[in-house]
Amino acid sequence: MKSKDGMTLIVKTMTRLILWMIFLYGAYIILHGHLTPGGGFGGGVVLALAFLSILLAYGRSFTLKWLNMHFLEEFEASSILLFLIVGILGILAGGVFLINFIDHGSVFHLLSAGTIPLLNIIIGIKVGVSLFLVVYALSELKLEKGEDL
Amino acid sequence: MTVYLLCFVLFLVGLYGVLTKRDLVKIILSLSIMAYAANLFLILFAYKDGAIYPILSKGTESAVMVDPLPQALVLTSIVIELGTTALLVAIVVRLFQKYKTFDITKIRRLSG
Amino acid sequence: MPIEAWLIFLLIFMILGSIAALEIKDILSSIIAVGVVGLGVSLAFLFLQAPDLAIVQFLFEIFALIILVRAFVKKDYHQEEPSKINKILIGVTLITLTAIFILSISVFRALPQFGQPLMHIADHYLNQGILETGSANLVTSIILDYRAYDTLGEVTVLFTAILGSLTILRIKSRDRQKGGVTT
Repeated sequence: MKSKDGMTLIVKTMTRLILWMIFLYGAYIILHGHLTPGGGFGGGVVLALAFLSILLAYGRSFTLKWLNMHFLEEFEASSILLFLIVGILGILAGGVFLINFIDHGSVFHLLSAGTIPLLNIIIGIKVGVSLFLVVYALSELKLEKGEDL
Repeated sequence: MTVYLLCFVLFLVGLYGVLTKRDLVKIILSLSIMAYAANLFLILFAYKDGAIYPILSKGTESAVMVDPLPQALVLTSIVIELGTTALLVAIVVRLFQKYKTFDITKIRRLSG
Repeated sequence: MPIEAWLIFLLIFMILGSIAALEIKDILSSIIAVGVVGLGVSLAFLFLQAPDLAIVQFLFEIFALIILVRAFVKKDYHQEEPSKINKILIGVTLITLTAIFILSISVFRALPQFGQPLMHIADHYLNQGILETGSANLVTSIILDYRAYDTLGEVTVLFTAILGSLTILRIKSRDRQKGGVTT
């Protein structure tokens, strides 16, 4: 039933059709974090599940060719640096670490509330990429004799 | 008060699993159950009778809301529990590859 | 039905599910039973008016299930039978935990009643939150504006834990060929 790399043709075609919807849903939860429930953490997990569906449907060797794992690891580590840079910019602009220094704007609009959407995006990207990397590293183990993911 | 006591019983079931099971996978599952019970207990503190969720919209500007502070703390706790579970799973997988068993009474030699 | 009746029903369901998760011998069934306990917690969060937490708890618990099933469900998995000294230990543990539960009933009587919290600081967050931060979601305004330093600590802990698990899972042990040295 399972071929050597991934699942059958129906699963691969359906995954390719609905993958952009999962990414869009995760981005929606992250960006509207200050208006509706959700925020950076919930949206980050949805992004990780979108990457995971590629890994499950297409097999590990295809994912290794398509996504650069080294770039993803550096991307995850640099998002912590971005968080600290936003905090240090708060010292330069307001006097306190991590102060909300951007203009608040009007309430209930998408571009409001200062640094809160920016921090939501940083946290969402970090959580998504790191959870996908854990499952990818776990899938490199050989469970049975010679059977891969 | 009954609700608090039942939540404590759930925590004690998890504690029983950690203390008496000899299987490493069951110990990880019991730690997860203890974490769920602790988070639920904190949110049970913050409930107010007849109030709604703490998100403002155009119609609920002056409604009575539940306490938002324990919800922020429990959000942090849920995320950290996933990181801890991932680290525990990695350690147990490595132990199985070296000792070929999940039994804690047979994993006693601190070598290598 | 009042909220307290729903919560008592959910809690009894979760206690039965967790006892089943500990005693079943098949590993896939016990992992699914822990998943059921997590879903019950997510439903309880919905009843207690916390939709943020319900979303996050549900998604993170599904991810924990994915990691557990991928790592531990295999063909040659069997459990050991408890020996005689282990049965004595189980009996002593049960008696001790029952004693702890009976002694703690008086502690729980001193807590405030369910449904009337003491909201000292929360009054300030609820009244002034939208004026000072500009965001409509008050839980997000607490974790990213009033207490953003705690969120920085949490992101650091998550980063360290994931980094540790990645390092452990990727060591290619060379001590079988060379005799003692691993990187």
